[in-house]
Amino acid sequence: MIDGSFLGDLASATFRNATPLVYGTAGETVTERSGVLNLGIEGTMYVGAFTGFAVAWWVGDPLIGLLAAIVAGLLAGAVMGFLTVTLGANQHVSGLGLTIGLIGLSELGNRLLLSGSELQKIQPFPQWNPLAGLGDIGLVFQQYGLTYAAFLLVAPATWWLIGRTPFGLSLRAVGENPEAADAAGISVARTRYAALMIGGALMAVGGAFLTLAVLGAFTLDIIAGRGWVCLALVIFGRWGIWRGVLGALIFAFVYSLGLRLQIMPGFDGIPRELMLALPYLAVIAALALSGRNAPYPGAYLKPYRRS
Amino acid sequence: MSTPAPLPKVGSRGSALRSTIAASGSTLGLGLLAILVALILTSPVIIIAGASPIDAYANFFLVPLSSQFRLLEVLVAATPLILTGIAVAVAFRGGYWNIGAEGQLLLGAIAATGVGISIPADWPPIVVVPLMILAGALAGAAWALVPALLRTRLGIDEVVTTLLLNPVALLFVKALVQGPWRDPGGITESPPIVEAGHLPQLMDKSRLHLGFLLALVLLVIAWWVLSRTGIGLRIRAVGLAPHAARFAGIRVERTLLGVALASGAIAGIAGVSEVAGIQFRLTSGISAGYGYTGIVVAMLGGLSMPGVLLSALFLGDLRVGTNKAESALDIPSQIGAVVQGVILLCVVGLLAIRRWRISRSDRPADEAEPPAEDERHLENAPA
Amino acid sequence: MGSATPGADGLPAVRLTGITKRFGDLVANDGVDLDVGRGEVHALLGENGAGKTTLMRILYGLTSADAGAVEVDGRPVTIRSPKDAIAAGIGMVTQHFSLVRPMTVAENLALGRARGARLDLEAARRHAREASERYGIAVDPDARVGDLSVGEQQRVEILKALARDCRVLILDEPTAVLVPQEVDALFATLRRLIADGLAIVFISHKLGEVRAISHRVSVLRRGVLVGTAPGDTDEKELARMMVGRPTFGVSRPDPIAHAADEPAVLQVTGLSAAGAHGLPAVRDVSIAVRAGEIVGIAGVSGNGQTELVEVLTGMRRPTAGSATVGGTPIAGASPAAVMAAGLGRIPEDRHASLVLDLPVELNLVMERIADFTGPGGLDHAAIRRNAVELIARFRIKARPEDRVGTLSGGNIQKVLLARVLAREPRAIVIAQPTRGLDVGASEYVRGEILARRAAGAAILLVSEDLDELLTLSDRVVVLYEGRVVGEMPSEKADPERLGLLMAGREVAA
Repeated sequence: MIDGSFLGDLASATFRNATPLVYGTAGETVTERSGVLNLGIEGTMYVGAFTGFAVAWWVGDPLIGLLAAIVAGLLAGAVMGFLTVTLGANQHVSGLGLTIGLIGLSELGNRLLLSGSELQKIQPFPQWNPLAGLGDIGLVFQQYGLTYAAFLLVAPATWWLIGRTPFGLSLRAVGENPEAADAAGISVARTRYAALMIGGALMAVGGAFLTLAVLGAFTLDIIAGRGWVCLALVIFGRWGIWRGVLGALIFAFVYSLGLRLQIMPGFDGIPRELMLALPYLAVIAALALSGRNAPYPGAYLKPYRRS
Repeated sequence: MSTPAPLPKVGSRGSALRSTIAASGSTLGLGLLAILVALILTSPVIIIAGASPIDAYANFFLVPLSSQFRLLEVLVAATPLILTGIAVAVAFRGGYWNIGAEGQLLLGAIAATGVGISIPADWPPIVVVPLMILAGALAGAAWALVPALLRTRLGIDEVVTTLLLNPVALLFVKALVQGPWRDPGGITESPPIVEAGHLPQLMDKSRLHLGFLLALVLLVIAWWVLSRTGIGLRIRAVGLAPHAARFAGIRVERTLLGVALASGAIAGIAGVSEVAGIQFRLTSGISAGYGYTGIVVAMLGGLSMPGVLLSALFLGDLRVGTNKAESALDIPSQIGAVVQGVILLCVVGLLAIRRWRISRSDRPADEAEPPAEDERHLENAPA
Repeated sequence: MGSATPGADGLPAVRLTGITKRFGDLVANDGVDLDVGRGEVHALLGENGAGKTTLMRILYGLTSADAGAVEVDGRPVTIRSPKDAIAAGIGMVTQHFSLVRPMTVAENLALGRARGARLDLEAARRHAREASERYGIAVDPDARVGDLSVGEQQRVEILKALARDCRVLILDEPTAVLVPQEVDALFATLRRLIADGLAIVFISHKLGEVRAISHRVSVLRRGVLVGTAPGDTDEKELARMMVGRPTFGVSRPDPIAHAADEPAVLQVTGLSAAGAHGLPAVRDVSIAVRAGEIVGIAGVSGNGQTELVEVLTGMRRPTAGSATVGGTPIAGASPAAVMAAGLGRIPEDRHASLVLDLPVELNLVMERIADFTGPGGLDHAAIRRNAVELIARFRIKARPEDRVGTLSGGNIQKVLLARVLAREPRAIVIAQPTRGLDVGASEYVRGEILARRAAGAAILLVSEDLDELLTLSDRVVVLYEGRVVGEMPSEKADPERLGLLMAGREVAA
């Protein structure tokens, strides 16, 4: 049963399932590098998934849906900014409140807009298959545009943004030592707002990928803890994007493998849900092995206010 | 030291709001203000949903109090929230960010069901009920153990690990009710637990059950331990200033571990209460997000036990009310989650404003707030 | 230096008028006027808490004034943030450096200056090298700031300000972290800068330095400008302006005679410990403190004192060696075990050693909660009695139910002292006991330390205040880079010799 097409399919699924995590991890990495923990990530991904789908369904174009998801993510980031930057509120609780509220809003919207008797569907984004001629290997490249964008655009751009731009320099300074950044004439608040909004937009795209590309539909509990996984991947990635992407691929690999093994002879007695639980446990194990002495940003969780 | 008189602040924006909050002073006042602000902020959503906010709020909050039956339903709805509220408040007071009450509750439900469907049917309730409670508490504590050990032994952030275990716990429940425990007669549910495992009802013609009294007893115990015992003082010291607590000879890791396990056990009992008091079987919908709502309960209640009771009753009221409003006004009950989320944001926002105002007038913060930082992050602070 | 006031055109580089700032009921600055000319070093002299730093933080936009005006080159300016200050040509080197430790020197210099979409690291490096050459301040652009010594970090800070073309440079207690020889190098740099026409504000509370470098001295006392005097004003006159009283209120009685073979109460032997980044911070330190004796630890901050105190107080594990109190090993033991051995601990960071959000009475029992717990839980009556007694005995200005965080620094220190000394420890480790305290509180604390000595306690005293150290200690031990480089009776410890030892220039025989 383990042959070329199995492996090609597994590799393809790994990249596909890693895609929302790459967006979420990139978004949370940018946010946390500014010193703000955004536990609103789960809700932001959820609202991205819902808004993207609802608008795409309304307008009939997934691309407009994607833009709407980005706007929703920017707004979610701004709300988090108002609470944690402007008011200096506790970041843990603010993020959880945001998640609870955004999931509630999405489900309310789902009830009001979409819940007829049948599940609404849209025509999702198409998959690209540039190397169809290569057979099993070509399967790996049969992906959605958003997956290509995640690995070829978003991840390198995140790396470049943090490490190679003046904004990234300010971002790191604000996250490590806001007093120093302030004394250097950098606006701590503006930088953190920017990080939260960029991060929120990325998280929302990660959620929208599920509704606009993979499923073409919105279902309840669609994010299913993927936002929490991204939080772990940021720590696993030691606040660098490439290790975070690696973590996303590992999670997605275990996830995809579990689903495939579960329908194979010899494994069919194992409930599907246990296979689905496996990658979460793998992430916890990865944290246990590598999360010691994590290099948290110096100003992590600390609001900044000039005296 | 004389009490410093706050100086009048000239031209500082929003000072009226801030003085209102400082004047309200008490946690109760802050909670009420948070609710008021949240209701104002949620009004546009209700209008979009097609109802008048006044009607909706009357249905949410007043209608449930309008008859004895409904009042008792509020207590039923408040029962799991009191329990998860205690679980979260105890953990937050100790500076342990247990956000895994949801998963711990589910494990408690699994354990209670396990006992309830496998125990001989002729055992008396006096044996079965305590056994189920014990099993649920142990299971909840066990689910809290791994994140707690990772935190206290390796310094790994418990926020992430407790959060990650929530979806895992839900998957376990689903695996059980769709697999080994699937009721041959029903859809994805476990078989019913034995009759002797049912928590006794407290009144005729009401679903109010022993779980409510159990929650109140645990509330009183938690209050007593936190405010009147040496253990409670250690927990509070560790939560407010872990470094100072360690310096004073308090074993911080042991305290955190104890707090985490107690928190998990109480959340587990919430699961027992739902299985043995309401559903009498395990379903994948056994928790309607009670673990997360527990965070709202705890924060709205200022992390104090009387506050937890009041806010659990309030949110229970809201829960019954949104269900009523669904049929009466055709407003989807999902609005309840929106209100909860916004309340939480308002509480934490108002706390921040109050703390800022207090620090400007050199007056102390209080224990109503969870700690903003812990030792691990302090160590990474710039020199 | 002479008293000539440069700025020939008569326009000061910067002029502050009527600056007022309150924190709660504390008036940090009360209508302060100050002007600084081009080519002038203007010293701002005053005790801890006199309002010097607040005044300069206002000028640099780090703190907002309640009232007052700022002029730069005769033009009124509004400074709301450091950004405004930088634009007005003002630079500041704060006491706690505004550097991002994980970043390189070049990145730190580029901070807030880099524009556009691309960060040109090569240009940043080049810029750092150029600035370094232009001002004759040697730094390595590629070094990580966190790896640099304190003196080097200070050079980076000065360079950072200069690289932004500042014309007014504020230095907040720049010598506090330097050894005397580094101070000379700093002064040489400052003289070059004023020759270039810079205006320099030099914050200090050390009279000698102020006289050595300043053209004029302005003295602040409790937020009020006492006066401005020429830089060569008599030292006694400056001291009188600064404190308005004779300097030291306590003196140490004669030493207690010890038999040569009398065992030490606190014995540290071959102790080593690692610091923040796993690097050795304490190296093979041996110190013996006998009953009724105060041994002082001298050294520039960052030479292992903090880590040594942490090991002795049970807050850090040693990598080698031992420490005993009355024969009981305490190195590597838990704080509770250290206390049980009879050691009282008063560390330098008193705020981090108390639970500021809990009341005084609970903090006073925090080290022995079990003693105040009965069968029915905490014995609140006993806790209150204990608090009332200690508050009276240690003259703490607080009620038992006041939260510690609301108290003044002096009273916070008294709470810590009361908690520790009430148990009559046979040995005491006390670090920076009077840092940040006002005069009255400082003298009270010093008196208590001497009272414990008279009662027979063995006391290890760590202080950066050399006057305090020499006044209180029977013997002085000098630490440099974590090693004991000298030990002598206080009578034989003159400041110059100590300075050389603290700078690592000499090892005492």
